[in-house]
This record gives sequence, C-alpha cells and structure tokens, in this order.
Amino acid sequence: MTDATTVRTYRDYGQPLWRRILLTRETGIIAALAAVFAVSAASVPNFASELTLQYLLLDTAAILLIALPMTMVIVTGEIDLSVASVVGLSSVLVGVLYQGGVPMALAALIAVAAGAVAGAFNGFLVTVVGLPSLAVTIGTLALYRGLAVGLLGTTAVTDFPDGWRDAATGTIPGTPIPWVIVVFGVLAVAFGLLLHFTPFGRGVFAIGLSDSAAAFSGIRVGRTKLILFVLTGTVSAFAGIYFTLRYGSARGDNATGLELAVIAAVLLGGVSIFGGRGALHGVIAGVLLIGTLSSALRLANVTSDVINIITGTLLIASVVSPSVTAWVRNRWARRGRSAAVSQP
Amino acid sequence: MKSPLMKRGGMAVAALAGMALALTACSSSDGESSDPSGSAGAAGAESGDYSITFLPKNLGNAYFDTSDAGGEEAIEEFGGTYAEVGPAEAAPDAQVSYINTLAQQGVGAVAVSANDPEAICDALNEARDAGTKVVTFDSDTNPECRDLFINQATADGIAKVQVDMIAEQIGDAGQIAILSASANATNQNAWIETMEQLLADEHPDIELVDVVYGDDDDQTSFDKTAALLQTYPDLKGIVSPTTVGIAAAARYISTSDAKGQVAVTGLGTPNQMREYVEDGTVTAFALWNPADLGYLAAYAAKALIDGDITGAEGDSFEAGKLGEYTVDADGTVLLGDPYVFDADNIGDFDF
Amino acid sequence: MSARTWNASQTMLSRLGSFARIREVGILAAFVLVVAVTTAKNPNFLFSPDGFRDLLLTPSILMLVAVGQAVVIITRNVDLSVGSVLGLSAYLTGRIFVDFPSLPWPLVFVIGIAFGACLGLVNGALVAFAKVPSLVITLGTLYAYRGINVWWTGSDRINASDMPDGFLALGTDSVANIPVLTLIALLVLGCAAWYMHTQRGGRELYAIGSDPDAARLYGLRVTRRVLVAFVVSGALAGLAGVLYAARYGTVNSQVGSGFELEAVGAAVIGGVAIFGGSGSVFGAAIGAYLLMTINRALPVLGVDDFWQRAVVGALILGAIVLDRIAAARQVKRFARMREASHD
Repeated sequence: MTDATTVRTYRDYGQPLWRRILLTRETGIIAALAAVFAVSAASVPNFASELTLQYLLLDTAAILLIALPMTMVIVTGEIDLSVASVVGLSSVLVGVLYQGGVPMALAALIAVAAGAVAGAFNGFLVTVVGLPSLAVTIGTLALYRGLAVGLLGTTAVTDFPDGWRDAATGTIPGTPIPWVIVVFGVLAVAFGLLLHFTPFGRGVFAIGLSDSAAAFSGIRVGRTKLILFVLTGTVSAFAGIYFTLRYGSARGDNATGLELAVIAAVLLGGVSIFGGRGALHGVIAGVLLIGTLSSALRLANVTSDVINIITGTLLIASVVSPSVTAWVRNRWARRGRSAAVSQP
Repeated sequence: MKSPLMKRGGMAVAALAGMALALTACSSSDGESSDPSGSAGAAGAESGDYSITFLPKNLGNAYFDTSDAGGEEAIEEFGGTYAEVGPAEAAPDAQVSYINTLAQQGVGAVAVSANDPEAICDALNEARDAGTKVVTFDSDTNPECRDLFINQATADGIAKVQVDMIAEQIGDAGQIAILSASANATNQNAWIETMEQLLADEHPDIELVDVVYGDDDDQTSFDKTAALLQTYPDLKGIVSPTTVGIAAAARYISTSDAKGQVAVTGLGTPNQMREYVEDGTVTAFALWNPADLGYLAAYAAKALIDGDITGAEGDSFEAGKLGEYTVDADGTVLLGDPYVFDADNIGDFDF
Repeated sequence: MSARTWNASQTMLSRLGSFARIREVGILAAFVLVVAVTTAKNPNFLFSPDGFRDLLLTPSILMLVAVGQAVVIITRNVDLSVGSVLGLSAYLTGRIFVDFPSLPWPLVFVIGIAFGACLGLVNGALVAFAKVPSLVITLGTLYAYRGINVWWTGSDRINASDMPDGFLALGTDSVANIPVLTLIALLVLGCAAWYMHTQRGGRELYAIGSDPDAARLYGLRVTRRVLVAFVVSGALAGLAGVLYAARYGTVNSQVGSGFELEAVGAAVIGGVAIFGGSGSVFGAAIGAYLLMTINRALPVLGVDDFWQRAVVGALILGAIVLDRIAAARQVKRFARMREASHD
C-alpha cells in the first residue's frame, strides 16, 4: 500500500484499540441514529410500533440497496448520478416486457441485465474514454430517464402477479422485517466483505486516495472502476424491480430524484466525496438516520418542506462540522502556542 | 487527531437531529393538548371522531389549496379536526409514505387525490384495514382501494364542455391542439380520449393536430405553447384540460402575435384566468368549483365515519350547503356539471 | 490568454486557449445547424416574428445561470443550488410586488440580485472556509433553499395580475427586434467575459481551477476568489429569478426545480471542463442556447415529446466525448511538437 494510505488510514495506531473503534465518524452517525430513534419513540405518538419499522424499511429499501455500490464508487473518488434513471428504466423494462407476455422472472432478469449494461456504459465512458464521471452521469441521467419515459409514454403497467408483489412488500412472518431487507442484508454483508476485507476493497480505497499511486502499486484502476459502475447499474436495476413491485406500477417517472437521496445518505454516513474514506456501516446508518427522521417528522405532522430543510441542513452540518471543529481547535492551539512563546 | 474530530462531527449531527425532534415533539404535543381525543386512534374512528386529513397530489398547488380549504370549511361546520399533509412533488411513492403515517395515527378518514391509480392502492387498503375511511377526490384510484370517489364531473361531461367551447370559438372548423398535464395523468388522458372521440364523431371539420405535455409546470407549458404555434402556423385553437397549462398558454398568447388569432380554452381557475379573459385572449373556460369538491369530500368522509353510508350504490347523504347526494355505481359521487366562466360571470368568483 | 506570469508552460497554455476558442466555434456551428435544419422543416421557426423572438428569448434565463455556473466550474467547484436560488428569488420578486406595490420596480432587480448573492455567499462561505467539496454543500443547500421556498410560499401563487405591467413587459418586449431579456443576458455575458479574460481576478480563477494547491503556493487568495465565484453564481441566479417572474408571470414554489442539471449541462456542452481551469463563459452561453434550442426544435422536427430527454442526454454525452477526443489529439500534437523542438 502507498504512503498516503498508511498515513491517512492508520494515523491513529498510537491510540488504544477501543478509542480507534469508538471515536469514529461512523460511530457518531450510529449514535445519532440511536438518539433519534430513542427521542422519537419517547416523544412522537405512534412512533414506537413495529409498523413504523416495517414502513421505514420498506421506504428506505431502494436507497439502502443503491447506497451499497454507490459507497464504493464514491470511495474511488467517482460519482454516479444516473442511478435513479436506471431505476426508472428497469421499472419500465419490467413493465413493458411483462405486458408483452414475457414471464415475470425472465422480465426481471432482462431488466437487471439492462441495468448492468447501463452501468457498463457509464463505466466505459469514465474508464476507457477517460471522462469525468460527474459529467458522464449527468448525461446518462437524462439519457436513461429519457429512454424510460420514451418507452412507456403515457401508460403505466400495473397488473403484476400477486406472488411477486407479496414478495416485495411481505415481511418475515412474525416480524416487521420485509423480505427485501433480507436480500439487502445478504448484499450488505457481501459488499462489506468486498470493500473492507479483500484486496479488491483495499484497491478501491487506494484509488480514492490517489489514482496514480494505486496504478503504480499494481492496482488495475480502470478495471476496478468499471466493475463498480457495473455493480451500481445492476443493483439500481434490482432496486427498480423492487420499486415497481412495491408500488405495483411501472412508470417512466418512477424514483425521479432518488439519486440525490442516495448520495446525501452516503455522504451523511461519513464517506468522503474526495474518495478514499468511508465505511459501509456508517452509510447504512446514514440512510436509516434520514429515513427515521422523516418518518418521525411525518408522524409528528411536520410537512414535507420542513423535512427537506432538515435533510439539507443535516447533510451540510455533518460535512461541515469536522472542518469547523478542526478550525476552532487550530485557533485554540495557535493561541496557546503564541501565549507559550510570549511567556519567557 | 482525526478520529476525535470525526466523533465531534457525529455528535453535532446527533445534537442537530435531536433538536429537530425536540422541536417537533413540542409542536405535536401542542396539537394533542388541543384535541384530547387525538390519541384515540382507530377505535376513535368508529365513535364519531371526525379527524379528517386531506392528502393532495402535492403541496403548493393553488387548485388543491382551494379544494382543501373547502374541506376545512365543511369539517369546521360539523366540528371535526382538519389537517392537510402531502409531498412537495407529485410522486406516488411519497404519497404512500404519508398514507402509511396516517394509518398509524389512526385518523378517522383520508381524502386523497391519487398520483397513481395503482401505486397507492396497497397503502390505502392497509389504512382501511386499520379503520380509516378513504375518500378519493379529483383523481381516483382503482375502485377496490377506496370507499368513495368524489367525481368533479364525468369524463364525458368534461370532454363535452371543452369540445363545445373550442368548436364555438373557432367556428367549428380548423386545426386545434391539446396542451395536457403530464403524460401519465390519469384524468387528462381519459378526457383527451373522449374528446378525440367527440371531435371525430361530431366535429369532422376540426382537426386535432397534436397533443403535447406541459407536465403541469408553468415554464414547460409556456414553452410548449410557443412550440405549438410555430409547428402549426394554421392553428386555430388550443385546449388545455389543466389549470396550469391553460394559464401558461393564455399568458404566452396574450403577449404574442397570435393573440386574437388562436383561441385558448380548457379548464382553469377564475383568479388565474381573470387577466386573460379581461384582455380578450380567452373567451370562455370551464371548471367545477374545487372548494365544493373538497367540501363534498369532507361530508362524504363524515357520512362514512358515522356509518350512515358504506359506499354502496344508492346510499345517500347530506352534504351541508350543497344538499343531498347519492352514491352511483362503483362508489362514485358526482359533484355536478362543469361550470363555464366567461367575461360576464368571472367577477362573481374568487378562487 | 494572458500568460505573462507563467513562463514554462506559456506556449502550451496559449495554444490550449486558442483551442478552447475553436471549441466554442464548434458549438456555435452546431447551434446554427440546428436552427437551419429546423427552419428548413418549418420556416416559422426562424422567420415568423414570434419564432425569432422565442429563439433569442427562451434560452436567455438559462444563459445567465449557465454563465454563473461556468465561473464556478472554472474554479473546480460546482453550484447545484442555482435552481433553488432562482426559485426563491422569483418568489421574493413576486412577494415584493404584492406587499410593497409602491416600490419602483427597477429596485426589485437590485433586491433580487442582492438576495441571490447572499444565498451564493452562504454556499461560498461553507465551501471556502469549511473546506468541504462544493458538490456536497450545494447539494445540501439545493434541498434547504427549496425547502425554505416551499415553506414560505406554501400554496400561494403569484399571478401576472399581481405584477406591474412595465415589469412584465420586460419579459416579452423587444428593442430593435431583440428581446430586452436577451439584451440583459448579453450585457451580463459581456461583462463576465471581459472580466474572466482580461482581468487579474478572472485569470486567477482559471489558475485556481487548474491547480488549487499550486495557486495557493503561488500566493493567490484562493479562499476569497472561490467565495466571489459563488457570490457571482448566486447573484446571476437571483437575477434570473427576477427575469423568470417577468417572463412567465406566474410564480409558485416549484419554480426552477431541476434547473441545476440544465445549467451544468449547458456549461459542459459549451466546453467548460468539469475539472476546472478551462472553458469560457461564452462557451457556456452558447451551450445554453444550443440546449434550449434543441429542446424547442425536437417537436418541430417531429420527435415525440417523450424522447426529448433522451436526446438531450445523448447530446451532453456526445459533447463531452467529442471534447475528450479533440483534447487527446491536441495533447499528442503537443507531445510531438515538444519532441521536435528538443531534437
């Protein structure tokens, strides 16, 4: 691994283990999540129920799913703004194919494959052609959404088989945990292992810290990024199928704007937009924090505009606060130093 | 060095989140204290707890503002609790979250204008299982997902009044175009279909050259109007079956050379259209009274909560100043015929 | 390109500069082509009075925002909050007319611009002082400003009848066949281009975008310049909001939502590199014209409404891929020239 990685990631080896584990950004977010949950349960009527949890998980499932690969993309220093459009495209594809007589399972499979292709196209433009991902995915955001709306036009496909719909919205008997969360759990473990415990994952972090340093140390930067974009497209398409079945309606405008919710949650979860820093448990907590807050605020009859203001402020506060505290500390330190210097 | 800072970042987030919640907790407990039965939940719904919540397609929409105000007036008349919640943008998934929330709160009834006939169905049925009555107004869901639909006017009636107006304004011959809302809008698509039929059957000399979609957005509708006039230089009229579209079309035409050449009509609200009726851009347009629509929805919700009606065909109920209404087939209640506004009567209305 | 202060890469930079100018010519050619093809299909697109007016008028508001966006992107930042700033400023404009009808309307411009500048200042301060990437900050303020807008506006709506005729006339009137709005936008573009190309501050923005660390080491006041770039972007979005109110006559809480993507798209199509340091406000302005004109041309050309977004997306991708290919060729040519001069 390169010097940069060592310096930035393992800077705190001087600290005892418990401090290194407890005093992280991720722990802070998890603590915030727990605090919000506790305060809501105590003060918001109807919040403390299994139903809240079930709805919360159903509402955030699509964001949770997409946040997994998105975290890795952002850790490499790239971004994918086209995810919500891939959700829409996959939703429309499932609808059109199913309406055209293709069996549901095959339709879903084709939609997921199309998502992989959409992701590969993003990845191709970023890694092979060498374009900035921000610009590429702004373009494909419009392109994929345009294809989705173009394919289905004024109609919406609605008559999906009940078995599939139940699978999307049903819960594990006796618990408020939806089945989709089980799928998410499996994926989360897989992604967690991939990112945090494999050479591939170390490569992802190394790329985020420095593209060229990573390349010199033998990491195949282009291939890694391409794989991540394909993963993002694939998972987004899967989320699109879930979205379609959950609401029972395949529409071209499904999940419009979801990309911002995903990215906001990932950043809130402690992933650095510069790349090279972040962890999946923080991201998952970040998604759930935003979800829990809006669920609690809705139950407290707070209107959607205020919820948006709070989401935005929370995002800014979470990214600004480390810099502000650093700035304050530096000032204090400097003042202390200058006082010490002037003493003798 | 870095970790403690990060920790502080997290703490700041926690503090902020806590603050936000504390604030809302205060406001919600205020709400409770003014309504001692507020926590009664689903059980209360059976015993005459008229807590009725309006869920429009989106907030910040003048049309729903008017209809919900009508609902509020009715609810005040019979002493219930009025509330209005809704998403900032007209998306079905956001409406589902609100329906779930309302079901959990155990409100007596929800009056909802659906963003998608299918997507909010499951959520509405869960709410009904929890004892909440569901009335749709303005835009319906599938009939099995609600107790009643308050229909502003029949699709036939709405289509007919618009076709009649445009035929009269352009002398029953020439090219016309339709400026609709979004491409997925249930209502508009149904009306357009009927209008096409009516035009083909009864007005063979009128040619419908295009249907464009302004997405119920001022700017898009405005630009689409401009594009229509360029694409079809012989255009005689534009029909816009949506309040946003007709105002944008009228505003574009009132400042262009097409003023007086191209007729604009459709569905609009008097306050938005007043200027264009007065300056002669628009001769006549139609709408039902959205305040009455909300008013009727509120009384229908009350009748359902009281158990006076179940939504079966033939049920009838009293709706305050509007008189008695009867439920038609498929659990539909019809408000009445659309009303045509023109220079002579527009001064009588303020909504 | 004034490259007095840079010596080692002087020729390289000036050549890149001339290349950038060629790039703008290419976009302009694309714009002319779109207009020509559409006009051939339907002469009214250009030759009717309304057609000509709309051709100039419709992209003007986006052009203002795109110019501000270009200034920000050149410093290697991005401002995603412009749509929300535009919306807030448009509503403020309407509100002023309703609440203070006696206020002379030209003053409204000053208020709108100042208000936008304040919102931009918030963005800039957060970015410049807190050292947080602008993408994140402005994503946050995108939500927050829009939330404030919806909260403040509620379901209120400003109608044309609430605003004075003189003000509304600005939105549609023409002077010598050129719409007033376009004249305002061109004036702003001229000032911005002059500043960015000839003034020290403008050149420093390019330097900062090319290499922020080097700029800092060189002693440039990076923080202050970036702050100013955001204030400019905010002020122009504020101005665009005032003009939006004049042009469209109705203002609700959703004005300008989604505008950020069009503004970034216009700048990128116009050749402003998303990684900063290159491109020009001219390019962004032409990009805005190209984007909006294509939007208007598609229905005339018979492309179904629903496919428009797909076409726009394909265009953005096409523009950046073309850019990339041209730049790669250029780099190769430089490399050859360098080798030749070393031999």
